[in-house]
Amino acid sequence: MIEPDDIDRAILRLLTGDATLKASEIGRQVGLSQPASWRRIQRLSEAGIIAGRRLDLDAAKLGFGVTVFLGVKLAAKSRVSLEEFERAISAIPEVQTVEHVLGLYDYRLRVVARDLSDFERVLRRRIMTLPSVGTVEANVLLSEERRPGPI
Amino acid sequence: MLDDIDRRLLRQLQADPSQPIGALAEAARLPLATAYKRLERLQSSGVLRGQHAVIDWHALGYSVEVSLRITLDKTNPRAFDEFLDAAREVPEVIEIQTFLGRVDARLKVIARDLAEYQQIYRGRILTLPHIADIEALMQVATIKNATTLPL
Repeated sequence: MIEPDDIDRAILRLLTGDATLKASEIGRQVGLSQPASWRRIQRLSEAGIIAGRRLDLDAAKLGFGVTVFLGVKLAAKSRVSLEEFERAISAIPEVQTVEHVLGLYDYRLRVVARDLSDFERVLRRRIMTLPSVGTVEANVLLSEERRPGPI
Repeated sequence: MLDDIDRRLLRQLQADPSQPIGALAEAARLPLATAYKRLERLQSSGVLRGQHAVIDWHALGYSVEVSLRITLDKTNPRAFDEFLDAAREVPEVIEIQTFLGRVDARLKVIARDLAEYQQIYRGRILTLPHIADIEALMQVATIKNATTLPL
């Protein structure tokens, strides 16, 4: 693990804001030459600190008007087949994220759908039909923001 | 309006956001000029809002990740705004979401270890205004993390 210094942190802040910035532009903003800035970006990527890129798409404009977070508790006797549940739930295209959690629920899912009736279809036909699903709690996403984090 | 060509282009771009436009055009089976023009239009119409580098907080030594599901005291009409403003001031809060459902908001909090998490939780989270109830879900594993849309 590399411990990033202040310049690395500045680079990370810039790239989380806009991943398409060129190494020369980043260098200019943090006071490095283009090659020096390129080497640092390379190093941060190789260390796995920069894990990739995320497209910021306007889901509503693309016809996905609803995002719902589901808390799923597995039926008690299904706890043995976690892998099976994880495989089946991950295969549903509308299910964007699957997190195994400790607490009130076993899994936390993020589901995207065209509208509420489309969400109901996904929930009833794809998710509730999985044999291991016990209780489900749904919360409809109203707003979301990603913060830069402690860098 | 978006057509199948736009969707094809976005599907390919989602699959690998950092690929050069030449590779993208080829993957989407489009002439370079068309791919370029389409991308420009998707950007200017606000469908494609940008690209952000994804930071792997584990690689930076943040091994604890907790979802805090928060119910607010809605008798105060300013509860949402004041809570959200204060939550934005906590550097370890990396995501803020608001919901329609049983919980009002969710904060994703990261920490280097449980001792640091406890410090943040007691010192920065419990002191946020207008909290009526908090439930914590601790992340065990991320099974699927596709912030992509099923285009």
